[in-house]
Amino acid sequence: MKRHLLEAADLDRADATLVLDTAAQIDAALAGREVKKLPTLRGRTVVNLFYEDSTRTRISFELAAKRLSADVLNFSAKGSSVSKGESLKDTALTLEAMGSDAVVVRHSASGAPHRLATWVRGSVVNAGDGTHEHPTQALLDAYTIRSRLGRLEGVRVAVVGDVLHSRVARSNVRLLSTLGAEVTLVAPPTLLPVGVGSWPAEVSYDLDAVLPKVDVVMMLRVQAERMTASFFPSAREYSRRYGLDARRMGVLSDDAIVMHPGPMNRGMEIAAEVADSARSTIVEQVGNGVSVRMAVLYLLLGGAPS
Amino acid sequence: MAGSSPAAPVSPPGALLSAADVARVVDRMAHQLIERCGGGGRAGDDRPTLADLVLVGIPTRGAPLARRLAARVEAFSGTPVDVGTVDITLYRDDLRMRGVRALEDTVLPDRGIDGRLVVLVDDVLYSGRSVRAALDALRDLGRPRAVQLAVLVDRGHRELPIRADYVGKNVPTSRSQSVRVHLTEVDGADEVLVTEAQR
Repeated sequence: MKRHLLEAADLDRADATLVLDTAAQIDAALAGREVKKLPTLRGRTVVNLFYEDSTRTRISFELAAKRLSADVLNFSAKGSSVSKGESLKDTALTLEAMGSDAVVVRHSASGAPHRLATWVRGSVVNAGDGTHEHPTQALLDAYTIRSRLGRLEGVRVAVVGDVLHSRVARSNVRLLSTLGAEVTLVAPPTLLPVGVGSWPAEVSYDLDAVLPKVDVVMMLRVQAERMTASFFPSAREYSRRYGLDARRMGVLSDDAIVMHPGPMNRGMEIAAEVADSARSTIVEQVGNGVSVRMAVLYLLLGGAPS
Repeated sequence: MAGSSPAAPVSPPGALLSAADVARVVDRMAHQLIERCGGGGRAGDDRPTLADLVLVGIPTRGAPLARRLAARVEAFSGTPVDVGTVDITLYRDDLRMRGVRALEDTVLPDRGIDGRLVVLVDDVLYSGRSVRAALDALRDLGRPRAVQLAVLVDRGHRELPIRADYVGKNVPTSRSQSVRVHLTEVDGADEVLVTEAQR
């Protein structure tokens, strides 16, 4: 494993499989125990550096670090010296001076974790940077697919919706193809990034044609906060063409699953009855996120300090 | 090879225990387990019974060893014995020195370990640090009535106040030597070797 986890491409097939296997072992080891805590990272400090709002990712990383007995510092830009104008670099150096072994960073600027990794001695884990990458989300999605379907090799995955702004889509396309899955991106042309032709994925504009052929449908959130131009005429039209409702769910093969990284816009990209159906892995994904992040922290921090 | 029966496994020179020795040692340890547990269950006898016993192997080689011991105890006593494994990787105190490694299975019997006699099983007892890690792991998994330790080879050089309750073979060694236990399930053959470590 590399020292940092900045993007899905940092993981080759062996590394990615090691993370998933480790997560599975941690899951099995902790299942049904009263004491869900391991002493592995005692005395290590993990800083959660969040420049952007987050519920599940921040809590998930915090819980993962705490379950491994690391000390956790939570930092959010709101209410810190960032509002006084402190730069990312100065903030990072301050945290390092206090002895952090790993920094988990979320930032609205794509590439911020890469910059950070050149300034600090500890490990940097990208918890989402702008519209770039969110590698631990891709790992937990791959883990969820593997535990539901039993395999990743040859699994057909449709990633549907706002691919342009989605760091989840970027990381998933990379990681899933590394692990042997076949990815099809489904989106209106306006919500596909330039150069998508060079990604290891097929592209389609027609959700109804793709759905019967896939094992996994991964719905992406329509990111209203990044919608700075008119990418589609109306929410209703988007929902009609690219939303997953009960009728569309009906054409899926029998054991196909429906995923969503959250937070969901119910009624927009996914209908409530789909989100709450037995095919949906949305709640499972959250639980798996903790195990996968424990595996990542263990593999990055467990070894010899640099 | 004249004179030796074709079925007899051949150990390389320098083997401390041959396959046949390993089998004999495991049988003896199984008898000792039965002896310790056998009397329980009768009125006025509060010793544990074989039904209370759980053999918990420490991966990698403690796990198949625990399964073998359980099979022999069942063969000699007619009572099936619960088996489990507990991976100690996340409980080790030397991660910083030795780096991360892949995790192995932790599997406990359905009845759990609460109130039962847990016998930890490992291949070699050396510093005692693996056993300490296993004790820490057990504490998080439940509250056994008692914990004992069974090892195939005790090579000395303890760094912690830990001793084994069942020992297959005591082997005085120097720290420069290395003791390797090979088991068919993992290594394709049964034998115990003592070699001078290459430095």
